[in-house]
Amino acid sequence: MLELKNINFVRNGKTILNNINLTLDLKKFYVITGPNGSGKSTLAKIIMGIEKPDSGVIIFNGENITDKTIDERAKMGIGYAFQSPALFKGITVYDLLTIASGKKINKKEACNLLSKVGLCAEEYLNREVSNSLSGGELKRIEIATVLAKSPILWLFDEPEAGIDLWSFQNLTDVFKEVSKASKGTTLVISHQERILRIADEIILMENGKIKKIGNKDEMLKSIFRGSCPKGAKVYE
Amino acid sequence: MNKIDESLLNEISDEKAKDASAYNIRKNGKCVSRKVNDYINIVTKEDGSGIDVYVKENTLFGIVHIPVLITESGLTDVVYNDFHIGKNANVIILAGCGVHNDKHKDSEHDGIHRFYLDEGAKVKYAEKHYGEGAGTGKKILNPVTEIIMQKNANMEMNTIQIKGVDSTNRITKATLYEGATLVINEKILTSNTQKAKTDFEVELKGENASTKVTSRSVATEKSYQEFVSNITGKAKCYAHVSCDAIIKDEGMVKAIPEIFAKDVEANLIHEAAIGKIAGAQLLKLMSLGLSEDEAEKVIIDGFLK
Repeated sequence: MLELKNINFVRNGKTILNNINLTLDLKKFYVITGPNGSGKSTLAKIIMGIEKPDSGVIIFNGENITDKTIDERAKMGIGYAFQSPALFKGITVYDLLTIASGKKINKKEACNLLSKVGLCAEEYLNREVSNSLSGGELKRIEIATVLAKSPILWLFDEPEAGIDLWSFQNLTDVFKEVSKASKGTTLVISHQERILRIADEIILMENGKIKKIGNKDEMLKSIFRGSCPKGAKVYE
Repeated sequence: MNKIDESLLNEISDEKAKDASAYNIRKNGKCVSRKVNDYINIVTKEDGSGIDVYVKENTLFGIVHIPVLITESGLTDVVYNDFHIGKNANVIILAGCGVHNDKHKDSEHDGIHRFYLDEGAKVKYAEKHYGEGAGTGKKILNPVTEIIMQKNANMEMNTIQIKGVDSTNRITKATLYEGATLVINEKILTSNTQKAKTDFEVELKGENASTKVTSRSVATEKSYQEFVSNITGKAKCYAHVSCDAIIKDEGMVKAIPEIFAKDVEANLIHEAAIGKIAGAQLLKLMSLGLSEDEAEKVIIDGFLK
């Protein structure tokens, strides 16, 4: 359903993505992992259209989307949860969920979306999506907007960052549910073992390249042979 | 009233205006309709320069609507409206000015509103400004608001100027005595070559007096806005002023904050932020399927909501 061909991205003389070739299949749950600076986020941004590759082609559902804008890709069914959620003045949680749904939703529907990300719904609907909310709350609302959009290709950039451990279990449940209910494909950037464990396939990136792709079991064995998945020398 | 009058009135009136228990409609410098009741009286000033609105003490609740319509090109309408709010009275006052100018001469309305709030009085004051018309004549509005608040009086003032006013110079002055609270929310959007200047001067004279002034503005195209605030604390008091502006195209915004503590117990805060729409906001809304223009509109509408 998604094909990246020879994607290159260089900024300030630094190669961020080095000839990436990747094919994602329908109905699979992928997790991209790898050290900081390995190009994971840039790759997700290139799929959403937030960054334009210097060269290469992106095919989504058989269509070349390389030159499509962010909103065109969104309308085609690509959804993206940002690592650092945007803050708005005067736009409420309910407003944002309505925009994400693309139609008028009632309070109950909005509450259901918030409950899925572990927020006690009613009290949040009329809150402004601003820094009056905590980092963890903003992050969960960000994920809820992608749930509301219900895309075909789900992209999550480090969803666990900023979420307290207490609600982390809840988050992995959300992903389990997404992957079960979704007719599409999920791609999550994560360092968390618990998220890696619910993947069908794990993509390991290093220095702007895809170092290895494989099914969860074989990849986990090689990844966790060392200590921390963020550490540079763990992967060998 | 003709169709233009009705549509102007609609633009500057809030839903609540329909339930007004007292009103005074002024058109092209003259009163065209008035209603009063046992608690709220409206009297024309002897020299004809405006009206006096008297709200009796302990009035439980009332809505006063005093819109101004200007449809005559070349008219400069100056009006003095004084509001005398009795002890412990509670009212909503809805004011506003709509200008329709189809000709080439300038139309101007200078409304001077003075509020005298007695002890414990509570006022919610909303004011909306709007200009329309295809003529080259300018639509100019220069509202002056003066507020004197006695012990424990409470006032919330909401002003909106969204469309079509070429030039505005708004001056708001307030004096607060012991325990009085004043909340001001201002929203302005300017476009073309419009100019808007707002000036807030608040003096906190009594112990535990407090004020919160919030200004949100958007300057687009070649418009210019200036925000001046001057808060003086002369007792143990609290003030929070925030000026938040979005600039677009060649829009310009200047913010001049001044806070002056004359008492060691005064606690005064000022925040000002001017900038274009954050890229992260546009990206987020575009990732939800909105075009760049649609996203911008949602952000600005939300900001001025």
